[in-house]
Amino acid sequence: MTGQGIGASVLRKEDQRFITGRGRYVDDIRLDHELFAVFVRAAVAHGTLRSVGTAEALAVDGVVAVYTGDDVAADELGPLPCGWMIHSVDGSEMKAPPHPVLAQGRVRYVGEAVAVVIGESLDAAKAGAEAVAVEIDDLPPVTAPAEAQAPSAPQLHEAAPGNLCYHWELGDAAATDAAVAGAHHVTRLAFANNRLIPNAIEPRAAIGAYDPGTGDLTLYTTSQNPHVARLVLTAFVGLAPEHKLRVVAPDVGGGFGSKIFIYAEETVCAWASKKIGRPVRWTADRSESFLNDAHGRDHVTEAELALCADGKFLGLRVRTTANLGAYLSTFASSVPTYLYGTLLAGQYTTPAIHVAVDAVFTNTAPVDAYRGAGRPEATYVVERLVEAAARDLGLDPVDIRRRNFIPPDAFPYETPVALVYDTGNYQASLDKALEMVDYAGFPARSAEAEARGRKRGIGFSCYIEACGLAPSKLAGQLGAGVGLFESAQVRMNPTGSVTVFTGAHSHGQGHETTFAQVVADKLGVAYDDVEVVHGDTGNVQYGLGTYGSRSLAVGGSAIVQATDKIIAKGRKIAAHKLGVGEDELAFEDGSYKVIAGNEFMTIQEVAFTAYVPFEYPDGLEPGLDEQAFYDPANFTYPAGTHICEVEIDPDTGVTEIVGFTAVDDFGRIINPMIVEGQVHGGVAQGIGQALLEHGVYEHETGQLVTGSYMDYAMPRADDLPDYAVDLTETPCTHNPLGVKGCGEAGAIGSPAAFINAVTDALGVRDIAMPATAQRIWNIVQNQ
Amino acid sequence: MYQFNYRKAASLVDAAAKLAEADDGMLMAGGQTLIPTLKQRLAMPSDVIDLGGIAELTGIEVSADAVAIGAMTTHAAVAASGDVAGTIPAVAKLAGGIGDAAVRNLGTIGGSLANSDPAADYPAAVLGLGATVKTDRREIAADDFFVDLFETALEEGEIIASVAFPVPKRAAYLKFPNPASRYAIVGVFVAETAGGVRVAVTGAGPCAFRVAEMEVALADSFAPEAIAGIAVPDDDLNTDIHAAADYRAHLIGVMAGRAVAAAQ
Repeated sequence: MTGQGIGASVLRKEDQRFITGRGRYVDDIRLDHELFAVFVRAAVAHGTLRSVGTAEALAVDGVVAVYTGDDVAADELGPLPCGWMIHSVDGSEMKAPPHPVLAQGRVRYVGEAVAVVIGESLDAAKAGAEAVAVEIDDLPPVTAPAEAQAPSAPQLHEAAPGNLCYHWELGDAAATDAAVAGAHHVTRLAFANNRLIPNAIEPRAAIGAYDPGTGDLTLYTTSQNPHVARLVLTAFVGLAPEHKLRVVAPDVGGGFGSKIFIYAEETVCAWASKKIGRPVRWTADRSESFLNDAHGRDHVTEAELALCADGKFLGLRVRTTANLGAYLSTFASSVPTYLYGTLLAGQYTTPAIHVAVDAVFTNTAPVDAYRGAGRPEATYVVERLVEAAARDLGLDPVDIRRRNFIPPDAFPYETPVALVYDTGNYQASLDKALEMVDYAGFPARSAEAEARGRKRGIGFSCYIEACGLAPSKLAGQLGAGVGLFESAQVRMNPTGSVTVFTGAHSHGQGHETTFAQVVADKLGVAYDDVEVVHGDTGNVQYGLGTYGSRSLAVGGSAIVQATDKIIAKGRKIAAHKLGVGEDELAFEDGSYKVIAGNEFMTIQEVAFTAYVPFEYPDGLEPGLDEQAFYDPANFTYPAGTHICEVEIDPDTGVTEIVGFTAVDDFGRIINPMIVEGQVHGGVAQGIGQALLEHGVYEHETGQLVTGSYMDYAMPRADDLPDYAVDLTETPCTHNPLGVKGCGEAGAIGSPAAFINAVTDALGVRDIAMPATAQRIWNIVQNQ
Repeated sequence: MYQFNYRKAASLVDAAAKLAEADDGMLMAGGQTLIPTLKQRLAMPSDVIDLGGIAELTGIEVSADAVAIGAMTTHAAVAASGDVAGTIPAVAKLAGGIGDAAVRNLGTIGGSLANSDPAADYPAAVLGLGATVKTDRREIAADDFFVDLFETALEEGEIIASVAFPVPKRAAYLKFPNPASRYAIVGVFVAETAGGVRVAVTGAGPCAFRVAEMEVALADSFAPEAIAGIAVPDDDLNTDIHAAADYRAHLIGVMAGRAVAAAQ
């Protein structure tokens, strides 16, 4: 095992196929006799669906079938469920109006699927789709979360009066009110967390393939969690019995959360294939991705931080309205609640916290988890307030944080918002980051910039997140509809190589590399001898997939558990063959060694023996193939410090990021190169949110203004600086690898660091995200 | 895209004839706007007449006082041309800043001008240098060419053959890009030419236009300070989610000043 185990920056196994164009994505799969689906979509944001005329479409050459909401209803397909029950503070269940697979009676956002046309070719299906006659009586739309509850606002769902899904609260309201009322100073901010559109490089795609001979239905789909898709589609949507549905998520080109969810399109492809008896395929075009992939964020918040004169935090009061869009997406309800309110303690000892969240329906695309999912919104609230409070009180933003950090000896630390942080050292990350940026030199840098006519600012963000979703019991108590464990199977093949089956799913994370490193390290076999299999319910035992930075902390732990079982069983075989007791053997570097002697047996020899069990322990099953389900004891709590430095050109409003430093504590690191890549990507997305990206609906019409890359500004290489990235390490205390998760931290910590830097440069209290050149210029004009 | 007849023209005359024959024909130069439009089923021409094979439309000719660029010359070819860089470096630089490499390798000057996208770069150079657009029928002065949003002086069926840029004493183009599309929110081309100083703006209005007040001031003194106090009215300027009209008006001043500095 030559430097390819835990801690080595091994090059990624998957990149050979990805960078040579040999990845196999859903759209690369071709089946015999396949048909093409094209969706007819609502062109208006809100309206009564009078009729959907299909006769002309059916007459188009090459059109095989046209289905509408009536067909879906007749087959009792759907509705699409939301898998997380939230209770309002009065104890009532959230309002979950039906989310039809194809619109029924009403359309509620631009792009909602109204009908599907199935054709012999894509062109035939497109021509058919143009011939579907959709009659809609327009209704006025509401798109902004702040307007959804107005008495005059258009009502979306009978089941949700006032467009309210739930009013949820967490924390001690009385204690928080008292802290705010009696404080020396209260820092108040009101801001929005802007709507984002996910933009995975690979658009969503699906192929439904029904075999009339066996009754088996296979769904190839761009999913982050194929087993969850199977569970939802069989148990709730009614597509097929669970044992007759196979879900395959092959190579998937990015998800960022948007491919967790169960959408209409893959449901329809599978259902239509069953009706027609031929494969039915669909690949989103980019316009459909903009309109229909679940969006992210879209909160409006008022927040107050109560402080002593010395900057000690006394209480935090937060009021948020969260936009859920037109329908509840699969996990939408959990994002502005248990993934948001629970994180409002941040890294601090704030003794009293209370958060109230109104979740509302609007005539926009459904909003659900997007990289960070609730935690970027929480971090933004806390870290913007902390920085503003420091400026209010004339304190250094570093000092105010130090005064309020949870000290390293206080763990495990129970927050006032329902979490128990197992470990951390926030001071250490901050100290390291400060060294890297030369904080003491900032005033000189600022003065030098001013001499050049530029405004320089520095901003901090000391974030925390909860990931490794997570203990099933706790998730169940909080309303989750599924357990949140992970499974693994580790199979020693007879010739000594290893096949690992994981329920996690890689869509860019590099699991095939990282997980192989873990197994190679544990079993003492060559890294190249370990193959990781994922993404197919037909060959992976079970799984809950990849989101919430959970794959290594939960899925990796399951792999370790299965590997331990392999080693334990192998010990019995080796002891038998070597003629010693099990406790007389040590397992080291891939061999069972007699502690008091020179004899040994390699694990490969043990594996061969397990499959050719001639000299074999009595009563022991042949084979060396072990499965494990791992249910963690707690979330994991990655944390760190981001420091951003910007220069603003006051003549144009253009911001240049001149420095971005991230020091993260992800616990133990398996592959530093992959971790650094995850930080880079996450920070790019966070800066994207804070500087560039904004999903905008036209107020009057509810049309998506940013429906293409002409108007939706993705971050590009020249928008971003060279990052300075480093790590501190406090290992997670409750999983066998000591790992925490790194996939979302960059997107969680960076927006506040950037906006804190911009507001510092401009000398203003706030600026809305994205802090575009136009917005900055407006501020400069008024100064 | 919808079905259409693909027809490849052998010459300018042949292209005009094929266009005349078609029920509802469209000319294709580099296709960088037309192909996406077709793919989104936003246009349904009966015939697409490809100008790509017409040798007489391609190439760059430099004389003592002018640079003539064939209509089908790609942005990449102009950007890479030593002749252009040696005579009007601002035009070579402008061409090198259009779109991305894929667009530059296929997009053409003639296609860009005929389309007259309000945020395209080339209109600023044509207007800013007082170029002459030569078609299969006539010559059109730059000042007469740009009419309105996606509207030019080209008549039905008229095809651009080349563009002749007079060589200026000095010139520069500066673009303030849209953060999403990287098209110009404001692009300003300034030039001191034999015919006087010209300041042309793209991106800000419905089509490229000149700023007379700046031209007068710069004729007096070709320095950024000369135009520092000039406010461009924002009445007819574009507003979108990226830039309001008043911001665009302000950026015209900033970009013009920087272009003058760059042209020194």
